[in-house]
Amino acid sequence: MNSIKDKVAIVGMGCVKFGENWDKSLEDMIIDAAYEAFEDAGVDPKDIQAAWWGSVFAGESGSIMSTPLKLAYIPVTHVENQCATGSEAIRGAAYAVAAGIYDLVLAVGAEKLKDTGYSGLPQTRPVATWSYRLTTQTPAAGFAMMATGYFAKYGLDFDEGKRLLARIAVKNHHNGSLNPKAHFQREITLEQAINAPMIAYPLGLYDACGVSDGAAAAVLCRADLAKSFRTDPIYIKAVSICQGAREGWLSQVYDLAHVEETYRGGIAAYQEAGIKNPRKEISVAEVHDCFSITELTIMEDLQFSPRGRVREDIEARTFTLEGELPVNTDGGLKCFGHPIGATGLRMLYEVYKQLQGKAGPRQVKNPRLGLTHNQGGEPGSATVSVLIAGNELG
Amino acid sequence: MPGIVAYGAYVPYFRLSRAEIARAWAGGPAPGERAVAAYDEDSLTMAVEAARDCLRGREASAVDGLYFASTTPPYKEKQSAATIAAVLGLPDSALTVDFSGSLRAGTNALAAALDAVAAGRAHTVLVVASDMRLGYPSGPAEVNLGDGAAALLVGSDQVLAELVRFDSRYYEIQDVWRSDRDTFVRSAEDRFATEAGYLKVMVESVSATLRSAGLRAEDIARVALNSPTPRQLRSLCQKLHFDEKSQVADVLHAAVGDTGCAMSLMSLVAQLEEAGADEMVLLASYGNGCDVVLFKTTDLIRTCRAARGVRGHINSKALMRNYEQYLRWRELLELQPPARPPLEMRAPSPAAQWREVSWELRLTGTKCRVCGTPQYPPQRVCVTCQSKDQMDPYRFTDVTARVFSFSHDYVMQTIDPPVTVTFVDFEGGGRLMCDMTDRDPAAVKVGMPVEMTFRRLYYVNGIYNYWWKCRPVRAMPGAEEG
Repeated sequence: MNSIKDKVAIVGMGCVKFGENWDKSLEDMIIDAAYEAFEDAGVDPKDIQAAWWGSVFAGESGSIMSTPLKLAYIPVTHVENQCATGSEAIRGAAYAVAAGIYDLVLAVGAEKLKDTGYSGLPQTRPVATWSYRLTTQTPAAGFAMMATGYFAKYGLDFDEGKRLLARIAVKNHHNGSLNPKAHFQREITLEQAINAPMIAYPLGLYDACGVSDGAAAAVLCRADLAKSFRTDPIYIKAVSICQGAREGWLSQVYDLAHVEETYRGGIAAYQEAGIKNPRKEISVAEVHDCFSITELTIMEDLQFSPRGRVREDIEARTFTLEGELPVNTDGGLKCFGHPIGATGLRMLYEVYKQLQGKAGPRQVKNPRLGLTHNQGGEPGSATVSVLIAGNELG
Repeated sequence: MPGIVAYGAYVPYFRLSRAEIARAWAGGPAPGERAVAAYDEDSLTMAVEAARDCLRGREASAVDGLYFASTTPPYKEKQSAATIAAVLGLPDSALTVDFSGSLRAGTNALAAALDAVAAGRAHTVLVVASDMRLGYPSGPAEVNLGDGAAALLVGSDQVLAELVRFDSRYYEIQDVWRSDRDTFVRSAEDRFATEAGYLKVMVESVSATLRSAGLRAEDIARVALNSPTPRQLRSLCQKLHFDEKSQVADVLHAAVGDTGCAMSLMSLVAQLEEAGADEMVLLASYGNGCDVVLFKTTDLIRTCRAARGVRGHINSKALMRNYEQYLRWRELLELQPPARPPLEMRAPSPAAQWREVSWELRLTGTKCRVCGTPQYPPQRVCVTCQSKDQMDPYRFTDVTARVFSFSHDYVMQTIDPPVTVTFVDFEGGGRLMCDMTDRDPAAVKVGMPVEMTFRRLYYVNGIYNYWWKCRPVRAMPGAEEG
């Protein structure tokens, strides 16, 4: 099996401000994100040889993206892999370059969710063969059951558990407050987070990420051509996708206190990137905090914290901007927002900026390797992508 | 002679205090409580529960008829008896019939079942009567009506109550009715309906049966009746010279209410629960006529008892928080719609429903022949050992289970939020994600024992989407609440 390590570089990225973008259409956001990436890379859109388009809710086919950008008569692939769709777009683009088929490609992810008027996600589409009848819970409840499961397994009572989760929300709100592109840019207090209205017991409003409009884009090229575009390209070290077989919903083996796909997706990425000690070697991580409990368990599944002991690290502020391993420096899904198909690319946007030393007030010290963790599905039945990027070859 | 082989009943877990109804309408207080089917229950689901109570420990494959009686079936056109038979797993050749149209539908179904067995048309017929009629808000029927179901297994072997005689008469009168356009029960002027209808016909019919059987009122050990109100029951007892306390011993009005065409059969079940051997039991039900049935109990009555029956279900209960919750459950008010995708997006596919009757309606999963792992929904490739097509059917409906994890979902569309969603682990293996019903959210805990119950998930495009939920184990008679 070959590794993608150092075969593909990212030479340009763009990301619009996420949020309730009432005055922007899906097409506006696609154009703004893609042109920021073109200009960042210094490429002419006409030089793009193939494109990958990630969106769950925007409609069918690649034309949703090629039309506003007028990317005429090149291959455009529409990908969907739930909330990991953005990372799937990057992966498709990166593999095509690594395979030697193309030299310069584009990946775009975007979603226009706020036009629906719903407080959560839209239904993907009417399902003609819908029959599986256990369909009366939201994703919030699916993840809330992992909080219940984690609390029960590790003996946290309700108040201890809520306080621990609230620390994650407070951290991500702080990071979001330093980010002009974030959906939510206000700090919150522990008490606000703990006392917020319940959405799915034990998760409250501040345990859940924002539902946002947004778009993000990346220009990728062969690693050996990267320096012809810019002096500080970012190199892909690993891209994994780990798809579960719903074992956690079907079998009592699963403890509902972690996400097996994250654990295994992490191991696959570490092997591909040659990482032995993730906690020491990863400089900054953007992870899929769709809910606070998800970030909590990701810390253990990605081996940043020992199993069952993430509490010590959260209380030691390990994952804050000033901590040993800053996590979700841009505010995460919680505050940057979560336009489904754009999220994986938005994560990479922050890692890219961090590795280039261009993250402004959120800049971490001397980063070398950054990680994105992008998750679709729910605990017990998930799709997880882990991507590792670095600012040096080798 | 044919007779009753087994009996069971169902009373919803939730009760609405009549004082609370009086509070809502500033009316005069009435004693007791009425049973209210939860927002996810209807006559069909209650019938399934009563049937399970009756059949517990018996093979459904030996039942070759299912007669369902209700004046409130979920569909005008689509047979409920066929659905119930499918849920219970009766053989394909079972005779299924829906009885409806009057409060005698329950005893009509019983008569037909006794005839079918006597004629050799069927060996064992399950009769299930279930009703949840609506009284006009603020009217007396809203206070007096209740929801519930009864089930009687009719056969000719091993009967615990043997048929002595069955009499019937019809009687044309506009006293209590619902037209095809009505939601609520209508009734004629009270004294007319009582005197020209209920009392007159019941007294004449019961007296005629006693006369024909050569019996006097005091020869009857137990009397099972339907009656719209306690007052009318008292008047009837006085006229027929039945002692209300010892012979009638009604438990339904105070705790459940008038359960329509299920009431006389629930009353019979309550009597059988306490009956001894060799007792004469009289069953009478009124509704555009009168059916009168005489049974004599056998020795088997002592050993063959219902799992929960009427009393077990009555004693396992919770009070609804207020009258407004009743309006919500019966969808009598138009409420603020949630900002969520419309339910039409999740309309069930009739083709998929048809394909999956076994695993959806019967909660039948698979168990791997190679590694022994039970799994739901049915899998062709085993989740544990990946063996392909090495599965046996495995039913989860009556397997002991515990809550592995849960959440109360406040954002999901539902008639009465929150939705309590759970992962349930079954003893012997198998995990299921399903909703929990009949629960107090504050009392839900990891590890609590639960049992499966057949419910309505939602109604969309004219389709009632039935499936299974878990609920905290309801107490068995003589045991503390689970």
